[in-house]
Amino acid sequence: MTNLLILPILLPMVFAVLTILFRTHHRHANTMAIIGAVLHLFVSCLLMAAVLDRKVISLWVGSWPSPAGISLVADYLGAIMVLVTAVLHTAVVVYARIDITVRQIQSGFYPFMLLLTAAICGAFLTGDLFNLYVWFEVMLMTSFGIMVMENPAGRLTNAVKYVTLNLVSTMVLLTGIGLLYGLTGTLNLADLHDKAARVENTALLTSTALMLMTAFGIKAALFPLFFWLPASYHTLPASVAAFFGGMLTKVGVYALIRLFTLVFVTQTHITHTALMIAGILTMVSGVVTAASQMDIRRILSFHIISQVGYMVLGLSVLTPLALAAALIFMVHNIIAKANLFLVGGLMHRVTGSFHLTQMGSLYKTHGLLSLAFFIPAFSLAGFPPLSGFWGKLLIIYACLESRHYLSAALAALVGLLTLFSMVKIWSEAFWKPSPRSDTTPAGEKLSFWSLAPVLCLCLFTVLLGLFIEPVLQLALVAGEQLLNPAAYILAVKGGG
Amino acid sequence: MKTPLPPIERVPDCCRGGLVSSILPLLLFGLLCLAWPRVVQGNIFAVQWAWVPSLDLDLAFRLDGLGLLFGLIITMTGFFVSLYASSYMAGHQQLGRFFFYLHGFMLAMLGIVLSDNLFLLFIFWEATTILSFLLIGFDHHKTAARESARQALLITGGGGLFLLMGILLLKIAGESMTISHWAASGDMIRDHALYPAVFICILMGAMTKSAQVPFHFWLPNAMTAPTPISAFLHAATMVKAGIYLLMRFHPLLGGTSLWMATLVIIGGTTALWGAIQALGPCDLKRILAYTTLMALGVLTLFLGGRTVLSLTAAATFLMVHALYKAALFLAVGSIDHQTGTRNLDHLGGLVKSMPLTALAVAAATMSMAGFPLFFGFIGKEIMYEGALAEDMFPVFATVATLFANSLMTAVAAIIFITPFMGFGRQKMDPVKEAPWTMRLGPAVMGLLGIVFGIMPEWVSAHLIQPAVFSFQPDREEIRLVFFHGINLPLVLSILTLTLGSVIYRYRTFLRHRMNTAIDRLWITTPGLYQSGLDNFLRNAGIFTNTIQNGSLHFYLFIIILTLVMAVGWVWLPHVPGILIFPVISGPLIAIGLFAFILASTGVVVFAKKRLSAIGGLGGVGAGVALTFMIFGAPDIALTQLLVETLTLIFISLVLLRLPPMDAVKKRSRSRTIRDACLSLVAGLLLTTLMMGILQVPLDRNLTAFFEANSYIAAHGRNIVNVILVDFRSLDTLGEICVVVLAAWASVTLIRRTKEG
Repeated sequence: MTNLLILPILLPMVFAVLTILFRTHHRHANTMAIIGAVLHLFVSCLLMAAVLDRKVISLWVGSWPSPAGISLVADYLGAIMVLVTAVLHTAVVVYARIDITVRQIQSGFYPFMLLLTAAICGAFLTGDLFNLYVWFEVMLMTSFGIMVMENPAGRLTNAVKYVTLNLVSTMVLLTGIGLLYGLTGTLNLADLHDKAARVENTALLTSTALMLMTAFGIKAALFPLFFWLPASYHTLPASVAAFFGGMLTKVGVYALIRLFTLVFVTQTHITHTALMIAGILTMVSGVVTAASQMDIRRILSFHIISQVGYMVLGLSVLTPLALAAALIFMVHNIIAKANLFLVGGLMHRVTGSFHLTQMGSLYKTHGLLSLAFFIPAFSLAGFPPLSGFWGKLLIIYACLESRHYLSAALAALVGLLTLFSMVKIWSEAFWKPSPRSDTTPAGEKLSFWSLAPVLCLCLFTVLLGLFIEPVLQLALVAGEQLLNPAAYILAVKGGG
Repeated sequence: MKTPLPPIERVPDCCRGGLVSSILPLLLFGLLCLAWPRVVQGNIFAVQWAWVPSLDLDLAFRLDGLGLLFGLIITMTGFFVSLYASSYMAGHQQLGRFFFYLHGFMLAMLGIVLSDNLFLLFIFWEATTILSFLLIGFDHHKTAARESARQALLITGGGGLFLLMGILLLKIAGESMTISHWAASGDMIRDHALYPAVFICILMGAMTKSAQVPFHFWLPNAMTAPTPISAFLHAATMVKAGIYLLMRFHPLLGGTSLWMATLVIIGGTTALWGAIQALGPCDLKRILAYTTLMALGVLTLFLGGRTVLSLTAAATFLMVHALYKAALFLAVGSIDHQTGTRNLDHLGGLVKSMPLTALAVAAATMSMAGFPLFFGFIGKEIMYEGALAEDMFPVFATVATLFANSLMTAVAAIIFITPFMGFGRQKMDPVKEAPWTMRLGPAVMGLLGIVFGIMPEWVSAHLIQPAVFSFQPDREEIRLVFFHGINLPLVLSILTLTLGSVIYRYRTFLRHRMNTAIDRLWITTPGLYQSGLDNFLRNAGIFTNTIQNGSLHFYLFIIILTLVMAVGWVWLPHVPGILIFPVISGPLIAIGLFAFILASTGVVVFAKKRLSAIGGLGGVGAGVALTFMIFGAPDIALTQLLVETLTLIFISLVLLRLPPMDAVKKRSRSRTIRDACLSLVAGLLLTTLMMGILQVPLDRNLTAFFEANSYIAAHGRNIVNVILVDFRSLDTLGEICVVVLAAWASVTLIRRTKEG
């Protein structure tokens, strides 16, 4: 039963190899990738089912006992994140059918995507700090590979910034892991929970914690460490930007949540205050920078940063409700944000531009596309009853409840500014008459393959909003599991 | 100026949809009428389903007197408006969307007034905000429509966020989210420490939605919407949502001096400001919008009181206003539709060509001006009674009401006399009367203004009293009567009419003076909104360009600075302790090696040529490998040496192809010093951290396990190898992926670059 844990990692790897074989038959490669994504989605559902009922399952890879080997663990947080990854991955791979060129497929687009998915799931499931680092490295390499797959001349400078800044993060992370190992003599997260609590020199421990926070803060694109993200995302193909924008920063946020609920919980007045400051600054700076942009992909990229701030704010409050809020916000945001990138791609397809001044009239010519934009955009801005409303409401509620009034007020303000940006896109691209009246191709028809994934994700956003009660229950349990990790530790140390 | 639309002879196919869809509001109106007698008897209809029990959010609906009053207004205007729109909007391309939004809005509005759960109310509240946005911007090819839609959305949306915070604070203060439970718990909340915060948040929500000063300016701008929308959303219903909210919160939050003072002042100011500005414009719709502001202000003013009289005044005036204002808007729309203009300067003499519309407007404006026999007169009497009975600032309330009403009388005269009686400055083409669908609404609502004016007792017993009883627990009997006898309110009423006619007489002079005065105001909220937005965007641009400036060097500097600050915040106080008492142990050769590594690092940093820098790097690597050797880890030393050699080869391959270092632009001296300082501090922190860690005894648990099991369980002699391929094979799998991917990516990169 616990062997199920390895499948979300292993399955995409197997399909990565299969798609390498079909590299030159791009249709087959896509079909193969879709089959892989659907199977992955299926095992992710199985995994979710396996942890339901407040269970935590764990697997020691290679059956080496605690704490020498590597453990994989799935609790609610891990399983939910894997499930969301699988959902997004499936949608993106279907969308890629129309978005990705033959040359990109020949350069290995699908194997890279599948390995990226494997790495993301690995990061969500691993119970070992060093193993987490390894998955981050795989993520970095695959994402870099995808970035330079086509048009390297245009993307190379950005890709180099991306890779350099992320390598700094990796270096800091590795140093931090080394220091932590020196302090505690273990790398297993469950084991670290016990040993970190017993470290006498709290200054050393907290310094290490802050170092790891910086490292993951770069990955999560916190202020002022987010430079790599806006530098690189705006040149990517829509499907890639959607998957990167949806997932990559969230893995960083996940790592922060995991470490700062399981390992570093003794000095919260320092670590979680730092997180709160970082969260607020990230939230505000992201939304302000987004307001000044006119390119859809840049607007969306900066908004990723802003919304990461909400999640970290939720983490910093450190109550079950706040953690549940962060989790719901994360799930909502992954889907809605990725969907917006996909819709942005379709808008580009129709108007031939990503720049708002060059677009227009989409509301008149493309009703379905307007709907497909409207739902995730207003979900992002937090309008009820869409998913984003609950995320925002819960974060503000959790802040108010724990008397962080300023944070709550700022979270609300950032919501308003998000609305501002979304309305700007709506008003410019959809409402404004098209500036190029002479060349308007009377609206290119969008094919089924391009609209289906987008509309499915819209449906997900709506349903997540309407059936929030069961989701909230799940998230609250996840929050409790995080704050009281006894079950997690028992699952890791008891299982062998 | 818009060209006149051709008058519509028959109902075209495309607007049958509108006709058919007006069945929905009619049906709902009928249902409410069925429930009406039972509500008057004090029965209450309630249904409830669970939705999000964890947040106390239920799908709870409840029909009481207040909900009924609002519901009747909403469905009645909804019916007339959709009937009207089926002709008015005929031929528009997006008619389906129009009626979808319109009826969606009506349902959302009904949701607000029938919700018994505060969260549910909020959800409907936000829905009306969004639909209002979509409807204001319905003629989206116009820049003004898009601008106004955004303005309305940002202001009401911002107010919505305040309301949300208010609701959450209320929940935190321990209040039930079920609205009908509030009557009992008002005292607890009013004494709670959070009361002022809750009050301000709720008030902000109501003020933005109901366009109170200083958030009023979105409402006149929202007149870019098609006229049926202005009549429905921005006169009769949506802008009353804030008023409804204040009524619902009255038993819970009302009655404190904070509540009374704030509402009376804000309401009075809004009423006066709206009424004064109504004299200004020539556009009939804008005039009506400013009179709506006045009405909303007056309503707020009366909700500031806690006596039955002032609350009754609010409820009565709500009805009066909904009837005459919707009728006027629709009639103005008819004029616009039939003549192609709604500019006062171009209109005149329409009474001959549009007699029925003229009659309806006459009835509505008489009610608005408050002539006896009209419902407006009843409203005015009770308003003066209410104003005199305010707890806070009764004189201010009375004077504000008096002036606002006088101005209203004058404006009513302008609205009727100029287009219908006067003579247009330019010759008007022959105008036809509007089709019946567009006449029905104004006619019926104008007629109701007279009927209600003649039989006020019936209205007060069947509509006003049940409504006021729902939010005023005292349950004093309320009777509106036609004639009160000669008393102060009557005197004030007469004064209003007199003053009104004086203002009408001097309207051109006053308009001129007022327009120049407003132009001279050095600070206005619309101006603040605009300049605030501009400033925000400009500074956001500057901020973005400073932060995301494209320089990798800057990015790295900031990231390392952040790292230093984060770690230094905690660790810097401990650095001296570590440095003063360093624990130096180990063989002498180790110290020699240390010096060697340090020297090699120096070579890397200060090298003038790339080759010597690479040499220095090799020295560092070899030194580290040798260190492992000394401390008894030959396997690690071997690995390290291999890795170092490979890295060095790769680096040399790349670096030696770059242009020589002297050709690269020199960095400025200050920047070099800045970078050097940062590096030194970073290095210092890291070194001292390491030294600190070394003072802590190492937990050798894992090492012991590996030593014990490598050979016996994993059958390998080289522990490093066994760790890599067995104990932690998953890591190795990942790393193999990394290497393969890196190789593949580089090959692609090189190939593509060559092609490009």
